[in-house]
Amino acid sequence: MAENNLNDWLTEHGDYLYRFALARLRDPHQAEDAVQETMLAAIKNNSFDGNSSARTWLTGILKHKIIDLQRKQIREQPVSDIIDLDASEHSMDDFFDKSGHWLDKPQTLEMPDNSLEQKQFLAVLDECLNKLPKKLKAIFMLRDVHELENENICKELDITATNAWVMLYRARMGLRKCLELNWA
Amino acid sequence: MLTCKQASKLISQSLDRPLTWSEKVMLRLHLFICNPCTQFKRQLNMLRTALQRITNGIEHDSTIKLPPDVKSRILQTIESRQE
Repeated sequence: MAENNLNDWLTEHGDYLYRFALARLRDPHQAEDAVQETMLAAIKNNSFDGNSSARTWLTGILKHKIIDLQRKQIREQPVSDIIDLDASEHSMDDFFDKSGHWLDKPQTLEMPDNSLEQKQFLAVLDECLNKLPKKLKAIFMLRDVHELENENICKELDITATNAWVMLYRARMGLRKCLELNWA
Repeated sequence: MLTCKQASKLISQSLDRPLTWSEKVMLRLHLFICNPCTQFKRQLNMLRTALQRITNGIEHDSTIKLPPDVKSRILQTIESRQE
C-alpha cells in the first residue's frame, strides 16, 4: 500500500515539490535529495490524516528538509565563529565615514521585470551571495528566502536576536553593494 | 538625530522586528531629510520583492519537472531501504 502511495505522490506532486525545493535551494542535486528525503519521511511515518491535501502535507515535510539542509551547512561552522564575525563594528567601516555618513551613496537598483531578467538577476545574486562569509549567506537565506521567523533562526543557530539582526544587516549591506556593482 | 549608519541599521531591522515607537519616529524624521538612506531602504525592499517574485516564479513554472530518471531513482532507493 505504501508503495502505491509513493508512486501516486511522486506522479501527482513530484514536479511541484521539485520546483518548490529548486526555488529555494537553487541546486538541482540538492533539490532532488530534498524530494527524496521528503518521500522517505512521508512513507516512514505516514501521518497523513486526510484533513489537508496531500500536497500541503508533503510540502510541509519538504520545508523542514530544506531547512535541515541549510542548517547542516551552518552547523559545520563553530558557533564561536559566528559570534566573532559580528562582534566588531569595523566591518561597517567600508560603508560609512567616522561621523556615520555614507561613503558611497546607495544607487538605484532596477527590479528585474521579465523572466529573462529574473534569470540574470538570480545569477548575479548567487554570485554575490557566494562572496559573503558562509554564515552570513546561510542566515540571509533562512530569513529572506526560506522566510523563517527570526525566533526560529535564533533557535536553529543558537544565537541571540541581536546577533541575528547584526548578521542580517551585514549580509544585506554586502549584497546590495555587490548588486550595485554587478546589476545595473 | 540619527546618523546614516544608525538609520541604515534600523531600516534593516525593521524587516526582522517591529521597531519601537521612538525608533519609528526617529527613522521617519531621518528619512524625510536623507535621500541616500531613502535609496537604501528602496534597495532592501527591491531585494526582498525580487527574491519573492523569483521564488514564486520557479515554484509555478510548469516547464520545470522532476526528471524521470530521478523519479525512478527515488522509487528504487526507497524500495531498497525498506527491505
